Amino acid sequence: MTFMKSLAGAAATVALTAVAALAEPALIFDLGGKFDKSFNEAAFNGAKRWAEETGGKFRDIELQSEAQREQALRRFAESGANPVIMVGFAFADALSQVADDYPDTKFAIIDMVVDKPNVRSVVFNEHEGSYLVGMLAAMASKTGTVGFIGGMDIPLIRKFACGYAEGVKAVNPDARIIVNMTGTTPAAWNDPVKGSELTKAQIAQGADVVYAAAGGTGVGVLQTAADEGILSIGVDSNQNYMHPGKVLTSMMKRVDNAVYDVLKQGENMETGLHVMGLANGGVDYALDEYNAPLITDEMKAKVDEAKAKIAAGEIKVHDYMTDDTCPVLQF
Amino acid sequence: MDFDTIIQVLDSTVRLATPLLLACLAGLYSERSGIFDIGLEGKMLAAAFFSAALAAITGSVWLGLLAGIAASLTLSLLHGLASITFRGNQLISGVAINFLAAGMTVLIAQDWFQQGGRTPALIGAGRFTPVELPLAQTLSGVPVLGPVYAELISGHSILVYVAFLAVPATWWLLFRTRFGLRLRAVGENPAAVDTAGVSVIGLRYAAVMICGVLCGIAGAYLATALQAGFVKDMTAGRGFIALAALIFAKWRPWQAMWACLLFGLLQAIALRYQNIDLGGISIPVQAMDALPYILTVVILAGFVGKAIPPRAGGEPYVKER
Repeated sequence: MTFMKSLAGAAATVALTAVAALAEPALIFDLGGKFDKSFNEAAFNGAKRWAEETGGKFRDIELQSEAQREQALRRFAESGANPVIMVGFAFADALSQVADDYPDTKFAIIDMVVDKPNVRSVVFNEHEGSYLVGMLAAMASKTGTVGFIGGMDIPLIRKFACGYAEGVKAVNPDARIIVNMTGTTPAAWNDPVKGSELTKAQIAQGADVVYAAAGGTGVGVLQTAADEGILSIGVDSNQNYMHPGKVLTSMMKRVDNAVYDVLKQGENMETGLHVMGLANGGVDYALDEYNAPLITDEMKAKVDEAKAKIAAGEIKVHDYMTDDTCPVLQF
Repeated sequence: MDFDTIIQVLDSTVRLATPLLLACLAGLYSERSGIFDIGLEGKMLAAAFFSAALAAITGSVWLGLLAGIAASLTLSLLHGLASITFRGNQLISGVAINFLAAGMTVLIAQDWFQQGGRTPALIGAGRFTPVELPLAQTLSGVPVLGPVYAELISGHSILVYVAFLAVPATWWLLFRTRFGLRLRAVGENPAAVDTAGVSVIGLRYAAVMICGVLCGIAGAYLATALQAGFVKDMTAGRGFIALAALIFAKWRPWQAMWACLLFGLLQAIALRYQNIDLGGISIPVQAMDALPYILTVVILAGFVGKAIPPRAGGEPYVKER
C-alpha cells in the first residue's frame, strides 16, 4: 500500500513537473540560423536577456528546411509551449494553417501579419530607420552619389530602399541613388562575391556610401567598401564593429526588444498587430565607439531632429509595401 | 558606354570568370576520364571554408590555400572511392558531396568560431592581395593599351593568373602528352586502355585528384582573394554554372575558357546594369542571370553543333563480367 502511495506520489510529481515544463515559451528560428549576426541572432539575444532577468527558460529550434516549418510549429503547440514565437516572414503560410487548430496557444510572428485571434503580428517600420541612415549617407557623401544593395528582390527590401532614398533626398535633393538587387532567389542572401562586385560597380559609378540590406551578402559589401576606402551602412543588428571607422552606421531593427516584450507578457500576451517604429524603439540608427568619429555633432543633431519628427508624425516616410510604388525611386 | 566603363566591366568579368574557369577545368579532367562530377560545388565550398579557417587561425593565406586544396582533395577521393572503387552511381555520390559540404562547413565553422557559420574576417597576410605586374604604372599613360594593361591585366590576385595559365597547361597535358592520351581514352573506351595494360583505376583516380586540386584553388580564391572570409553557401551555384560552361565548351580547354569568360561577362553586365535598354525593349536583370543556363540548354538541344560527352562517362569500369 505504501508502495502504491509513493508510486502515485511520484507519478503526481512527474505530472506536475511536466505541466510546469509545458508552459515554457518557444522560439523558432528561420533558415538563416540562430547565430546569423543579424536578424535571428537579435531574436535570440532578446530571449536570452529575458531568461537572464527572470530566470525563465525557453525552448528553441533552428529550421533546416522549408518543409519543417509546419511540423516544428505543431510540435511546439502540441507539447503545450506558450507562447510560440516565429522569427521571420516565411512562417506566415504555416501559421495561418496551424493557428486555428490550437486556439488556446498564443503565437507571435515577426515581420509579417497573420490575422488570427490568437496571433500577435510584429512588424517594423524599416522605412523609418532607413530614412535616418539615408540622411546620414547623404551628409557623409562627398560625391553626391550613394548606393543601395539589396538581397533578394522582395517588397520588404524595396521598402528599405525606398525609405533610404527618401532620407537621402531630404538632405540633398540632387543626390543620385544607385539601387542594385543581388538576385531573385534565396541564394541572393548568401552571395558575398556578388555583393563585392556590385559594390565595385557602384563605386565605379561614383558612389561613396553604400547601404547593404542583404543578409550574408552584406558581409561582402561591407568588406569591399572597407577595402576600397568608402563608407558602408550595416543592417538589422549593429554591424559597426565589423570594420571600425569604415562603417558609417547601422540600421538597427530591434527584434530583440520585440521578442523580449512577447516573453515578458508570456501566456497573457496581447494579440493583434504591433508596429515597432521609431516612436517605440523598434528601429534606430547605431551610434557607438566604432563610428563616433564619422558622425559629426551637426549630423547627429540633424538626424535626431528628423527622428523626433517622424516619431511625432510630422514627417511621413513612404512605406513601399502599402502601394508598391516609391515616389523617389524607380525599380 | 565609355571606355572606362568597358574596362571596369571586363575587369569584373575576369574576377567572376576565375572561379568558374578553375571549377570548369576541374570538371574537364574528371569527366574526360569518365567520371561525372556534379560535386564541384561542394568541393569548392569545403575548400572555401577550410582555406578561410586556416588563414584565419594561422594568419597565412598560403597555409589556407593548402588546407583548401587538402579539403577538396579529401572529398575528391571520397568521390573516387564511391564511384571508381565501389562502382557506385557517380551522380548520387556527387549530390551527396554537395550536401555533405553544405552542412559540414557551417557546423564546423560554428564549432570553431561561434560566429554563426562564418569565419572571422581575414586581415593582412591572411588574404591574397592584388599583384601589380611590372611597368603597370608607367604604361598606364599609353592610350587604350595602357589602361587595358594596368587595369585589366594587372592588379588581380595570383590565383587569377594561375587559373588562366592552367588553360594552356591543360591543353598541353591532355592533347600533347602520353598521360593525356590515356586519360582521354579511359573516358571513351576504358576496355581498350585496359587491354593495353594501363590501369584504368589509376588513371581515373589521377584525374579525380587533379579535379580536387583545381576545385580547391577555386574555393580558396572565393574565400581568401575575392572575399575576406567564409560565409555559408558562398559558392552560390558557381559549381553548377561551371558544369554548364563545361558542356557549352564541349569538354575542351580553350573553349572552356571562352565559355567561362562569356558567362562571367553576362554576370558582370547584369551586375552593372539592372535593366538593359535595347532600342525600346528592356531586358530585365533576371533574364541575364538565366542566360548561362538557357545557352547550355540550347547547346544540349543540338542547335549549335552537338555536345557529345565522353562515351564512357558515368559508367564504372568492370574488368570482367
